[in-house]
Amino acid sequence: MLQYEFMRQAFIASTFIAITAGLVGVFVVSRNMSFLSHTLSEIGFAGASFGVLVGISPLAGMILFTIVSSIAVGGLSNESSRREASISAMSSLFIGLGILFLSLSSKSSSYATNILFGSIVGISSKEVQQLLALAIFVIIIFIIFYKPLAFDSFDHIGASASGLKTRLLSVIFLVTLALSVSIGAQIVGSLLVFVLLTLPGATAKYLAHSVPKMILVSVGLALSGVWLGLYLAFITNWPVTFFIATYEVIAYFIGLGYKNYKLNH
Amino acid sequence: MIQAQHLSKSFGNQLVFTDLNFQISDGEFVSLIGPNGSGKTTLIKIMMGLEKPTSGNLQMSHHTIGYVPQFRNIDNDYPLSIEQFIRLNNKFTLNPAKRKEQNQKIQTILKKTGLTNLKNRPLGLASGGEKQKAYLAQALLNDPKILILDESTASLDVEVKMQLMDLVAELNQKEHLTVIFITHDYDLTKKYTKRALLFENKSLKQVNVSDVSKNMFKMEG
Repeated sequence: MLQYEFMRQAFIASTFIAITAGLVGVFVVSRNMSFLSHTLSEIGFAGASFGVLVGISPLAGMILFTIVSSIAVGGLSNESSRREASISAMSSLFIGLGILFLSLSSKSSSYATNILFGSIVGISSKEVQQLLALAIFVIIIFIIFYKPLAFDSFDHIGASASGLKTRLLSVIFLVTLALSVSIGAQIVGSLLVFVLLTLPGATAKYLAHSVPKMILVSVGLALSGVWLGLYLAFITNWPVTFFIATYEVIAYFIGLGYKNYKLNH
Repeated sequence: MIQAQHLSKSFGNQLVFTDLNFQISDGEFVSLIGPNGSGKTTLIKIMMGLEKPTSGNLQMSHHTIGYVPQFRNIDNDYPLSIEQFIRLNNKFTLNPAKRKEQNQKIQTILKKTGLTNLKNRPLGLASGGEKQKAYLAQALLNDPKILILDESTASLDVEVKMQLMDLVAELNQKEHLTVIFITHDYDLTKKYTKRALLFENKSLKQVNVSDVSKNMFKMEG
């Protein structure tokens, strides 16, 4: 299968997407931001269709929309109940906008399908390079801020008490989350990118008891998911997103079952 | 030593307290008492450098503070083990010698707080008392000279409260740690502290523990 250029590109891109999403996902879950990452992917859809409308690349449109809105949502309110409500309001608005932008631009509906559900055939080598650069940027940011980010994500109150600049850390995290959403959406689509950003991290929470081990498990699950998904999509011609989502959901429930089993034995 | 002179704080037009004058010596174990909303937490925030006084000044000979709050966002699903939770407060280093030093320090603190046998237990599954000990252990990782317990005993059983306070008293005596104990608990104040700082009518009174009475612990102002 790797003799095909498009499959090689898809494999390279997915590998980096999985590493980034698996890494960021551990922090998404520990910061209770699963819902926000879902909304960001919808905002990403609006951004991509905006990109198509004004003639910039969908990826650039996505990055623009997700970064601006993630900072806006982050600064909106620290009260979680209000934040949830604000996020769902924004989510509805952006889905509407995405549909509007697509209908204003004269692109075909298959283009919308690609943005929403992802595609493994449409990815060019130039796009792969852009994805790699962005993924490496996100990984470097995480290496630099690993310690304070881990402290703030796993013990916000302790991190504030020890004098860490938690507000700044929150903005840094949201920007990397926005970038991860934009990167991940290129293969799995904006509708299901949050699968990679939340499920491997959530499963890791049940299987590991330290931050580095959680990252290992989460990246491992994300990687095995996209590789298996690509392979099965290639041989069946079914959508790659279906296989990835199914695999990650099964892994999640196995993790949950394992945790419950250990609790009772 | 901590010394406040004419310390006042307001938020906009809202006066929290005015003209506080007090002194806490190194190695002292004092309680900070008063109704909810009387300014205890604001004073602590000023000590920790998270708020600035409106006027007056606060001098502190040491600035490393260990702060142990009552509540943390730790639910049953919280994944980190007790040892890994304490480790969050470690500074990042790639230097193997420093890492070894950090490891030894963590083992010492685990032993000191009686958590060695529980270090691999997920914190989410630990009891209330074990959790508070873990919070205390994490705060001790910074080598604080001042330890602030912010109602840390409030949700614990009597026996567990005593265990935690015995541990803090031991640290206070052996390591000369200054302890500021924010509390609504009359018995613990009487048993463990020698002096209380009482917030009353937007001001602060220094009271000997023998003069501390139950009506000073009314929860509402």
